[in-house]
Amino acid sequence: MLSQESLARIDRELTKYPDDHRQSAVMSALRIAQDELGWLSKDTIAFVADYLRIPAIAALEVATFYNMYELEPVGRHKITVCTNISCMLRGSDEIVDHLEKRLGVHMGETTPDGKYTIKEGECMGCCGGAPLFHINNKRMCEYLTPEKVDEILGELK
Amino acid sequence: MANEVCFRTLHLPNPGSLETYRSIGGYETLKRIVTEKVKATEIINQVKISGLRGRGGAGFPTGLKWSFMPRYYDGTKYLVCNTDEGEPGTFKDRDIIRYNPHQLIEGMAIAAYTLGARVGYNYIHGEIWEDYVFFERALDEARAAGFLGENLFGTNFSFDLYAHHGYGAYICGEETALIESIEGKKGQPRFKPPFPASFGVYGKPTNVNNTESYASIPFILQHGGQAFQDLGVANSGGTKIFAVSGHVEKPGNYEVNMGIPFPELLSLAGGIWKGRQLKAVIPGGPSTAVMPAASIMGATMDYDGLSKAGSSLGAGSVIIMDDSTCMVQTLKRLSYFFFEESCGQCTPCREGTGWLYRVVKRIVDGEGRMEDLDLLTDVSSNISGRTICALGDAAATPVLSFIKHFRPEFEYYIQHGRSMVTGK
Ligand SMILES: Cc1cc2nc3c(=O)[nH]c(=O)nc-3n(C[C@H](O)[C@H](O)[C@H](O)COP(=O)(O)O)c2cc1C
Ligand code: SF4
Ligand code: FES
Repeated sequence: MLSQESLARIDRELTKYPDDHRQSAVMSALRIAQDELGWLSKDTIAFVADYLRIPAIAALEVATFYNMYELEPVGRHKITVCTNISCMLRGSDEIVDHLEKRLGVHMGETTPDGKYTIKEGECMGCCGGAPLFHINNKRMCEYLTPEKVDEILGELK
Repeated sequence: MANEVCFRTLHLPNPGSLETYRSIGGYETLKRIVTEKVKATEIINQVKISGLRGRGGAGFPTGLKWSFMPRYYDGTKYLVCNTDEGEPGTFKDRDIIRYNPHQLIEGMAIAAYTLGARVGYNYIHGEIWEDYVFFERALDEARAAGFLGENLFGTNFSFDLYAHHGYGAYICGEETALIESIEGKKGQPRFKPPFPASFGVYGKPTNVNNTESYASIPFILQHGGQAFQDLGVANSGGTKIFAVSGHVEKPGNYEVNMGIPFPELLSLAGGIWKGRQLKAVIPGGPSTAVMPAASIMGATMDYDGLSKAGSSLGAGSVIIMDDSTCMVQTLKRLSYFFFEESCGQCTPCREGTGWLYRVVKRIVDGEGRMEDLDLLTDVSSNISGRTICALGDAAATPVLSFIKHFRPEFEYYIQHGRSMVTGK
């Protein structure tokens, strides 16, 4: 279900924790699985649990508790805009409006071609660079303006 | 003076590299302590003299916390660093791990030596992936250079340190939720006592400190606790990183001496943007009370200074609001945050945060009633003090302080169905 590369990454995470606490690696293992497959299906979660030799329910609880896991398919580029206070004070609304208009979908939705999903997020701990979003939980884009958003969207394949 | 402690490398090229850190004497303090076998009691004493108080928000004296760790223990003790900053307006620890990660690593290694911890974890906020990757690289560098791992400097002191990546849950900043999360569970706070010092990671004695707290340690042990205390003022030793965000010309982190008058900090951040006027400031993150311009302009930025002025230092997350800010709409966003991030274990917090959000939303939607203001105050008071962790209190603070200081704006909104400030 997961590639050799992903499994090797999970194995590396496992070395951080004592042998009798493999569950500690579940957060990163789920993240690695999501990086490869785009989202976490019940089967993927069960696979990860199996690989770590922990109960499937334990992995499912983690996948549902933390906000950055996707339990439904998302677009190829998931854009999460922080709309919390420091970002709001510096115009995150304008970024949200711009994305919605440009992509023709609302927050929480995916474009019909499956290319983009846009979402609202909570504080990302980068408030000095507000307004901002991150892409696929990885790439942080700060000091946004509508023009800069267009530039970034233009680069995404 | 600025950038004297945690941001010591910031003015140099490649501030986050091992080479740069070593060029200012980095890891020499650790080496001296470990090879000269400096006594743990002596180190803890210096940390006490320094006046360092936990930079994660609660301000608990670090030296005292360290003295709670059991000295003799048959088994592994753990050291945990809290880099999970997710309280809106807080972004200081991110700059430590990307601009001076080795000072944090050295500080944690000194703490591990002092407390007898064999293994450490740095729990890093989920959204800052690139900085997490950078920190992991710094760990590899430190290992390769012999500052982490087995038998350091040829002694019997060994310390392994790893990074653990969060994945989007503010509550994991609470130390026992964070510990649950390291164990691979949902981040739900534990009842205290027992405290982490006796029952932490995997049930073992664990010391938890904030990133900025650990990163201050090498300075304290290099120059002595008194030198650190002398940078600050009474009850607030040292420097503090203030993360300034919102309506200023130059948002960013400013490491300055404790006790700096607020107007000075504001001018470092370029003053209010667009030539507007200051309206209000949340001085320490949304779990600290909002302050109207007049009270913050006369305050000094330290524990006592801010508490005298009616709020608190918190994590030093200074959120600046100009005169175009609608306090009702701002409170709605904050109330949503606490509602969304409540872990749901305690009824007063789970139900109360939902109530608060729905009532503020109803006011913003033009359906508010005058009684709602008392209702908000009642619900807030009923959350306070009845929950497992401090998130419940944190959710009540903005509601109580916004209404206290900006009541006419709330009343106007209820009467007219629109904002007194923006007209919308
Ligand atoms: C809801 C909540 C969120 C918290 N978030 C953080 C955080 O992001 N970073 C942090 O260092 N401490 C946070 N804390 C405080 C920690 O529980 C703990 O007191 C701190 O990490 C101890 O380190 P210190 O003594 O060095 O400050 C939070 C507490 C609560 C109740
Ligand atoms: S106070 Fe709220 S966040 Fe804290 S444990 Fe209780 S329900 Fe969870
Ligand atoms: S409020 Fe947007 S990153 Fe903190």
